[in-house]
Amino acid sequence: MASAPSKLYADDVSLLVVLLDTNPFFWSASSLPFSKFISHVISFLNSILLLNQLNQIVVIATGHNCCDYVYDSSSLANRSSGTGKLPAPSADLLEKLEEFVIRDEKLLKREPEGPIVSSLLSGSLSMALCYIQRVFRSGPLHPHPRILCLHGSQDGPEQYVAIMNAIFSAQRSMVPIDSCFIGAQNSAFLQQASYITGGVYLKPQLLDGTFQYLSTVFATDLHSRGFLQLPKSVGVDFRASCFCHKKTIDMGYICSVCLSIFCKHHKKCSTCGSVFGQPQSDAASEPSKKRKTGDA
Amino acid sequence: MNNGEGRRLSGQAEEEDDEDDVDDGGLEAWERAYADERSWESLQEDESGLLRPIDNKALYHAQYRRRLRSLASSNAAARIQKGLIRYLYVVIDLSRAASETDFRPSRMAVVAKHVEAFIREFFDQNPLSQIGLVTIKDGVANCLTDLGGSPESHIKALMGKLECSGDSSLQNALDLVCGYLEQIPSYGHREVLVLNSALSTCDPGDIMETIQNCKKSKVRCSVIGLSAEIFICKHICQETGGLYSVAIDESHFKELILEHAPPPPAIAEFAVANLIKMGFPQRAAENVISICLCHKEARGGGYTCPRCKARVCELPTECRICGLTLVSSPHLARSYHHLFPIAPFDEVTPLRFSSSQHRLPKSCFGCRQSLLNPDVMFCMYAASYQEIGPAYLLNAQNANSISALTVIFMFTKVCITAPVARVSDISRLSAPVKNSYGCNLNFWSSQSQRAVFSYV
Repeated sequence: MASAPSKLYADDVSLLVVLLDTNPFFWSASSLPFSKFISHVISFLNSILLLNQLNQIVVIATGHNCCDYVYDSSSLANRSSGTGKLPAPSADLLEKLEEFVIRDEKLLKREPEGPIVSSLLSGSLSMALCYIQRVFRSGPLHPHPRILCLHGSQDGPEQYVAIMNAIFSAQRSMVPIDSCFIGAQNSAFLQQASYITGGVYLKPQLLDGTFQYLSTVFATDLHSRGFLQLPKSVGVDFRASCFCHKKTIDMGYICSVCLSIFCKHHKKCSTCGSVFGQPQSDAASEPSKKRKTGDA
Repeated sequence: MNNGEGRRLSGQAEEEDDEDDVDDGGLEAWERAYADERSWESLQEDESGLLRPIDNKALYHAQYRRRLRSLASSNAAARIQKGLIRYLYVVIDLSRAASETDFRPSRMAVVAKHVEAFIREFFDQNPLSQIGLVTIKDGVANCLTDLGGSPESHIKALMGKLECSGDSSLQNALDLVCGYLEQIPSYGHREVLVLNSALSTCDPGDIMETIQNCKKSKVRCSVIGLSAEIFICKHICQETGGLYSVAIDESHFKELILEHAPPPPAIAEFAVANLIKMGFPQRAAENVISICLCHKEARGGGYTCPRCKARVCELPTECRICGLTLVSSPHLARSYHHLFPIAPFDEVTPLRFSSSQHRLPKSCFGCRQSLLNPDVMFCMYAASYQEIGPAYLLNAQNANSISALTVIFMFTKVCITAPVARVSDISRLSAPVKNSYGCNLNFWSSQSQRAVFSYV
């Protein structure tokens, strides 16, 4: 449940997994051009690598249809053995990023319906957690891992359960999820992620100064965070949406069997088919989507 | 009687010579660990000369995989309904037998330690449920804490009252618990977990009547014994549909008690399905100060009840002013993985990959671990993913036995949970799903459930 025994190199070595949002639908409408944003990010990554020789960085690109690793500072290609050169993210990262975006575009089957076009945050969170778990199992000496989401697209409601599962996994392994949200409105998913895992959620007001926000808030390792005054949360939206109309409600009715949320009183639960107010044996004749114990 | 005493007296000299010769010349189990098995010899040193703990991982994972497989075969892709809103009483036996030292330092201390871990794990897995504690001492059952949802108050109360004396009485405990469980709402599942150290029970009446009473009130009793198997405990568990197990040693006891943390399969007639009115408060910012109900002092950053606007400090709780149950959506989301479990993975040895139908990728999809490494012997193959695309090979690093480590158990659940569990429903998806390349995880496909989990 908890992370592997922490006999670390030192307290301030960190492994930073960056989830970079490359959703073309978001970036085409954003006020900050993607190229400028990438230059901020690359400078930030370089500064992290300069802070400590043992720091590691992994970048995962979050696309609209798929996610993939685009940079790993600890891979053999990046560390020229013996010469002591620092890994340099820029050229390699940009090349892989471009390949990734082309791949992502090829996978687009048809125009997305609806105004909300989200990127695959659940997928990249899962991959990040897989990588971190591998690091935990690599032995007693490993850096402190954390996840940083550079995200701007809106939340896709269909990813809710996968993202919540990822958040609970991160919470159990004590991996904080930080987020720097560059979109227009606050993202409820990322706010919850940062709140539950103990990370920092930031929505910069001036996007031209993104590098400054990144380096002052997100560059420090986990041990040193205790000595800093980091931005406090501005309130987290924990409200749920009802299943019948999908509107956000703050008071609702919960089915005691499957925990589905409804905004008004119903006679029957649409998810599990249980009839309310009657003993279950009456509902057994319903075409049941659930199976009770004792059924073959 | 005299003869017996005489025999005992003459035998005493021999007994004093043999150390710890209790049962017919053999040693007790905990003694065997020192005498026969020489546990100190299995310690290892690592590179820097520090002691490495004994590597039991392989053993535990073998057991874990066996358990998963047996569960999977019984479930067989069926979604068994689970009792998610549980009202559980933990009955702790503080009779004379609890001061026995066969569990180090004493049975009572071991039980208390593991009950604390159990309470935390219970609330982690069942955020909407409540626990109460009952102790049996001097033949009388006392309620230590009422049903409540805050782990700290239970643990504090338990640690403060650890003295044992007298006899144990199962009937009194069951009567007390049934009385309390009558008062809970009908949608809740009623459960009792008895941690029994004693070998006897001292009852004022007919315990069979009490058992029938429990059965009628739909209370599910489980017992974990610390000494030996007792018929009456087995009978109680069989009648009420609970689980009976006897712990062999401390780690086994921990395993047994933690087995009760995830929700058990629900016996459908036991709980009436009902719509429960709940509120979803918003969390206020840190600088918005208001007086909270629980501590009655001015604080920032709590939750505001949507009905009466009172402030509470933590969730889930019941608003003291208007009585509304307050939860947050992550609490509900925590229970979803009980409702929709994923199928276990198939373990595949690399030898199988030499066949032409499987192309062996060079590195693991999830964590980029190289798969050409000779140390890596086992990989896992998401078997039910065949419809979609190539196998997603997830690496099991340094597995050295048949029980390959479930490397990314929780994480893989995330990766694969939606597609694997809903393979059959793929055709109803509108989002681009049939993607042979990427980790397309953004669906939760069943029609009704897509509406369910929307979150704006």
